[in-house]
Amino acid sequence: MTTKSQAVLDWIDERFPLTSTIKGHLTEYYAPKNFNFWYFFGSLALLVLVIQIVTGIFLVMHYKPDASLNAAGVPVAFASVEYIMRDVPGGWLIRYMHSTGASAFFIVVYLHMFRGLIYGSYRKPRELIWIFGTLIFLALMAEAFMGYLLPWGQMSFWGAQVIVNLFSAIPVIGPDLSVVIRGDFVVSDATLNRFFSFHVIAVPLILIGLVAAHIVALHEVGSNNPDGVEIKKKKGADGHPLDGIPFHPYYTVKDIVGVVGFLIVFSLIVFFAPEGGGYFLEFNNFIPADPLKTPPHIAPVWYFTPFYSILRAVTYPLFGIDAKFWGVVAMGAAVVIIAFLPWLDRSPVKSIRYKGGLYKAILAVFIVSFFILGYLGVLPPTPGRTIVSQICSVIYFGFFLLMPWYSKIDKCKPVPDRVTG
Amino acid sequence: MSVDQKVDGGRRQLLLVTSAAGGVAAAAAAVPFVASLTPSERAKAAGAPVEVDISKLQPGQMMTVEWRGKPVWIINRTKEMLESLKKTEGEVSDPKSDKPMQPAYAQNETRSIKPEILVAVGICTHLGCSPSDKFKTGADSGVAPDWAGGFLCPCHGSTFDMAGRVYKSKPAPDNLEIPPHKYLSDAKIIIGEDGKA
Amino acid sequence: MKKLLTSLLFAPLMALASGEVLHLDKAPVSTEPAALQNGAKLFVNYCLNCHGASYMRYNRLQEIGLSEQLIKDNLMFTADKIGEPMRIAMQRDEAKVWFGAAPPDLTVIARSRASEFGSGADWLYTYLRSFYRDPERPTGWNNVIFENVGMPHVLYELQGDMVAKVEEKDDGHGGKTKSITLEQGKPGKMSKEEYDKATADLVSYLVWMGEPVAETRKSIGKVVIAFLGVLFVLSYLLKKNYWRDIH
Repeated sequence: MTTKSQAVLDWIDERFPLTSTIKGHLTEYYAPKNFNFWYFFGSLALLVLVIQIVTGIFLVMHYKPDASLNAAGVPVAFASVEYIMRDVPGGWLIRYMHSTGASAFFIVVYLHMFRGLIYGSYRKPRELIWIFGTLIFLALMAEAFMGYLLPWGQMSFWGAQVIVNLFSAIPVIGPDLSVVIRGDFVVSDATLNRFFSFHVIAVPLILIGLVAAHIVALHEVGSNNPDGVEIKKKKGADGHPLDGIPFHPYYTVKDIVGVVGFLIVFSLIVFFAPEGGGYFLEFNNFIPADPLKTPPHIAPVWYFTPFYSILRAVTYPLFGIDAKFWGVVAMGAAVVIIAFLPWLDRSPVKSIRYKGGLYKAILAVFIVSFFILGYLGVLPPTPGRTIVSQICSVIYFGFFLLMPWYSKIDKCKPVPDRVTG
Repeated sequence: MSVDQKVDGGRRQLLLVTSAAGGVAAAAAAVPFVASLTPSERAKAAGAPVEVDISKLQPGQMMTVEWRGKPVWIINRTKEMLESLKKTEGEVSDPKSDKPMQPAYAQNETRSIKPEILVAVGICTHLGCSPSDKFKTGADSGVAPDWAGGFLCPCHGSTFDMAGRVYKSKPAPDNLEIPPHKYLSDAKIIIGEDGKA
Repeated sequence: MKKLLTSLLFAPLMALASGEVLHLDKAPVSTEPAALQNGAKLFVNYCLNCHGASYMRYNRLQEIGLSEQLIKDNLMFTADKIGEPMRIAMQRDEAKVWFGAAPPDLTVIARSRASEFGSGADWLYTYLRSFYRDPERPTGWNNVIFENVGMPHVLYELQGDMVAKVEEKDDGHGGKTKSITLEQGKPGKMSKEEYDKATADLVSYLVWMGEPVAETRKSIGKVVIAFLGVLFVLSYLLKKNYWRDIH
C-alpha cells in the first residue's frame, strides 16, 4: 500500500474503527473450514433483504396507498400497481423482483432455519443468535403480511380482513383491538395507509436492527459448523483456530458462487414464471379489492400456510373461551416456541451427524408433518383434512415439547475433536 | 496479506475477469432502476401535442392552454399592440431574438408565425413564475407611467413587452419561450409539434 | 419454461384444491401480430362499449404492429389522444342498474381468470363460446361456465343462437349432476370454425393486453440467464482456485 493511502487510512482509523471492523468481520473472522451447502442461506437472506429494500425504494416512488376509486372505477392503489407494471419504464421488472423476492425471502429463511435446526446452531453459546433469528422471522411475517395488502387486490383485502379478525378472538380487548389495528370497522383506506407506513419504514427498521444484532452476536461467539465442534477450542501457535479460515477471501468467493446460483433460480422465476403458478402472485389478486364480494376460496400466501393450518386445526373451545381464540394462541405459540429450542434440546451433541436414530426419525416425522400442514393450508377445509391437520399440529408441538425427553435418551455417537471433511 | 504474496498469475487473471463480469452484471441490474426515474408513459401522454381552436379569440384577447403541465398563452394582438413593439425595441434586452428562445420560424419582429397571433410559454425565464398580463397602457396599468403594454412577473418584477421580450435590467435573463407550433388551418393551432418533427 | 415450472411444482397440489370442477377448453393462444390485430379490432368493437381497459394506452397497440394513423382512424373511439388509456363513457352506477354489476375492467382479465382448472385464456375462450339462450334471464342469455351471468352475448351476431340441452345424470352418490350441451340454433355470420378462430384471436389479444411486456420479459430473461451462467462458471473457478490453499 502506498504511504499516501496508508496516511488516509490512518486518519480515518483514528476517528472510526474501519480497519479493525474489516478485520473483525471479514479478513480475520475465522470461520470453520467445513461449511457445506446449507451454509449459503445466511448470506443469501442478506442478499434478498437488500433486493427487497432497493426494489421497495423504487416502487414507493410510483405506488399510491389510496383505496378510493379513480375515474375508471378502479381503486387508486390497485391502478398504481398496474401503472408501475405498464407505464413506468422498467417498472414491471422492479415489481416482479419485489414480489418474487418476498417468496424467495421465506424460502431462503426457512432453509436457513432448518440448517440451524439440524446442526444445533442454537445451542450454547449461540442462544441469543437464535432468539434474534426468531425475532427476524416474526418481523418478516409482519412485513410480508402488511406488504401483501398494498396491491389492494381481492386476496390482499380478504387476507387482511381474515388475519386482522383473528385479533378480535382475544377475550375482552379483542374486538376493540382489531378496530384499532384497522383504524376502521372494516379494512379500509385507513388500514391501507397504516400498513403502508409499517411496511416501508417501521418494520424494515426493526428488521435491519435485528439483522445487525444477529450478525454481531454471531461474530462474537463464532460460527457453528456441520460437525457441531467448537473450533475455538483447538488453536494453533498463531492464536487462530486450527480448523478456521479467514472469512475473506475464502467464504466471500464461496458465497459469490451461492449468490450467482441463487440469482439464476431467482431470474428464472422473475423472467419466466413471475406468478409462480399462482403462488407468488395469486390470480385473484388481479381483481381489485371488492369489500362486498369474497372470492370463493381464501388461502394465505404459501409461506404462511403451515401456521394457518395450525390455526384452523383448533376446533375445540376450552375454559369457556371459543376455539377461535385458542387457534390464534396455537398459531402464535407455533412461532414463539421456536425461540425456546436452545433450552428444549438436552442432547449431548449438537449436530445431526452424531445424533441417534430416534432423533432422526422424529425429525423426519416433523418435517413431513410441517409440509403437510403447509399443503393443507392452501386447501379449503374438509372434516378429513381438519383431522389430518390436527394430527400434524400435535406432531409439530410434540417435536418441541417432548424434545427434553427424547433428546436425552437418544443414543448419540461420539463427537470428534476436530471438524471432518 | 499472506494471500497476496503467493498470488499466481492465473488467480489474478481469474479475479479480474470475474470482477469485470460481476461489474457488468451490476451495471445491467441498475438499468431498470435508472429507467424507472425517467418520465413514464402517463407523463409522456400528458406531454403530447395539444390542438387549440382559436376561431373565437377576438383581437386584444388572450387564452391559456395547458401543454406539458405548463401554461401556454395565445394572444390575438391588436394593431396598437403590434405598433408598441417598435416603441419597445430600444428598451428590451434582446430585440432581435438572437437567443434561441424560439423556433426559427418565430425569430422575427413579432416573434410569431402570423404577426397578430402570439403563442408563448407563460413561464418567466427567471425562476419559473407565471407572469400576469398587463395589456392596459400608461399609468392605468399600474406598472409604469409610460407602460406600453405587456406582462409583469409578480415574483421578482420582470417585465415583458407584447412579444414576450424581456425589458433591460430586469431579473429575467431571456425572452419568453415560444413553443414549437403550427397552423393546421386558419382556426386551429397545434402546440408541441411543428413542420419539422 | 413457465409451464414446466408451474406444472412440476404445483400440478398435484392444484388437482385437489376444490370440490367443484370446471371443464375448460384449451385456448389456442397466439402471439402472431395478425391474430392480435384481429383480436384488438374485435375487442374495440364488441367489448370496449361496456368494459374499459383503463391501464391500457392506445399507443401501445403499436407494439402489435399497428401504425399510429391506423389506431387513430379505426380503433380509437373512446379517446382523443393516442397516449390515453382505453376508457369508456358509460357511468358505473348506471351500468350497475342495467347489468346488476358494473362490468369489470378488462386490462388484466386474462391474468385474473386463471385457476386450478386452466389458464385465464382457457377460461375466457370457453366462456365466450358458452353462451346460450335462456328466457328466464333478464338479458335472455345464460352461460355454461358462468351461471346467471349479467353480460348478454355481445358476439351473438357472429355466433348466432345456441340452444342448451340439459341432461341430468345420477352421480352414483344419490345426487344428480347437471350437464349442459350446446347446439347451434339460428346461425350467425360465422361458421363454428370461424367463430372459434375469432374468439381465439380475441382471447390472444386479452392475454397480450394483460401483460404486453411478456415477450420482452422472456427475451431479456434468456440473456440474463445466459450471462449468469457464464458468471457462475467464472465464480466457481475462482472459488476452486482460492480453496486450493485450504485442501
